[in-house]
Amino acid sequence: MEQTVPSTGRQQRTWRVWALVIGASIIWLIAYNLVQPLAQVITFRVLGLQEGSHLGEAVAFFLYDVPKILLLLSGMIFLISTIRSFFSPERTRELLGGKREGIGNILAAGLGVLTPFCSCSAVPLFIGFVEAGIPLGVTFSFLIAAPMVNEVALVMLLGMFGWQIALLYLIAGMSIAILAGMIIGRLHLERYVEDFVWQIKGGDGATVLTRLTWKQRFTIAWENTREIVGKVWLYVVIGIAVGAGIHGYVPEDALAGILGREAWWSVPAAVILGVPLYSNAAGIIPVVQALMAKGAALGTVLAFMMAVVALSLPEMIILRRVLKPRLIAIFIGTVTTGIVVVGYLFNLIVN
Amino acid sequence: MINVKILGPGCPNCRKLEERVRNIVQRFQVEAEIEKVTDYAQIMRWNVLRTPGLVVNDVLVASGRIPSEEEIAGWLR
Repeated sequence: MEQTVPSTGRQQRTWRVWALVIGASIIWLIAYNLVQPLAQVITFRVLGLQEGSHLGEAVAFFLYDVPKILLLLSGMIFLISTIRSFFSPERTRELLGGKREGIGNILAAGLGVLTPFCSCSAVPLFIGFVEAGIPLGVTFSFLIAAPMVNEVALVMLLGMFGWQIALLYLIAGMSIAILAGMIIGRLHLERYVEDFVWQIKGGDGATVLTRLTWKQRFTIAWENTREIVGKVWLYVVIGIAVGAGIHGYVPEDALAGILGREAWWSVPAAVILGVPLYSNAAGIIPVVQALMAKGAALGTVLAFMMAVVALSLPEMIILRRVLKPRLIAIFIGTVTTGIVVVGYLFNLIVN
Repeated sequence: MINVKILGPGCPNCRKLEERVRNIVQRFQVEAEIEKVTDYAQIMRWNVLRTPGLVVNDVLVASGRIPSEEEIAGWLR
């Protein structure tokens, strides 16, 4: 097939794809810069709401944040997906092979963030890593980092809290993955991996995988963006609507007593509340931002969000096929403890 | 007769891949048997760590993504 396409034709097609992506980027930039003035004009001129009134501020906030966050999500997810198309679990496995614990855990957490991963692939990935002789603890560092540093959460934090907090979240997520993996490695829990996993010997099948072209990378990134934004946009809209309501109507510092830094029990409470709440990360962040503006502490809020994205029931059910219940319990326990510690740490450091 | 295997535990992406393969088989009247492989020991034969994987006549041609119908047609014809 490849040879039948003349090289000039291929080049031309690559050019067309690049032109499309660059054109779309320019339109995106213009739209992103128009969002704020348009929201102001619509709220205060078209709808005629009073500047400084509760309702006016809430509506302006909603009309500004919804398109801003949706644009940011689409653009960033496309960019992240394109970068991720250069990483694959197979390459990651090669990179991790023969690495000692410690360095292996750090590398695994980093690669967990970069490698495209979906929880439905958790089992083949786990088997493949273990079969290649990658230590259990290093494998777990990867399995914890991949969902913990969630791209939607990262972009939403960037859009609503700024880059500093997005970076804090990234570092915190990776630290938990590294430490939890090291602890699981030290505990020598190999006997709690289902026995059939150790018997699998793979690799005798023939493969002819071709390098992806730019057109394929952009196509994958576009399909991925459509899928993710299609899944979360409604949560974003509802979340921002609730957030706008809180912004406009809940008095300042109303929550300082319940969710503030002085309430020691709020961090574990937030984590316990967050663990069963999966997949609504996109809707939770706008609400959480509004709560913070009313006196909730950053650590509490971040711990809540991490608990929401990192541990999910569907993933645990999938992993149960390769892990015995004891190991799943230790996995959940270690990560939960890590999140609580991070919550306290942030409450302590950040004023 | 072409043998096509779709590797994956039955996730949404595996089903989408199967649908595309069936479309191509029907459109070009390809004589093919389509097998769904859900057994992990089998999936690991081709070292597929990210599903879905597509195997044509025992050779893995794509893994971890859903190839376009154009590409699938190229492998099956």
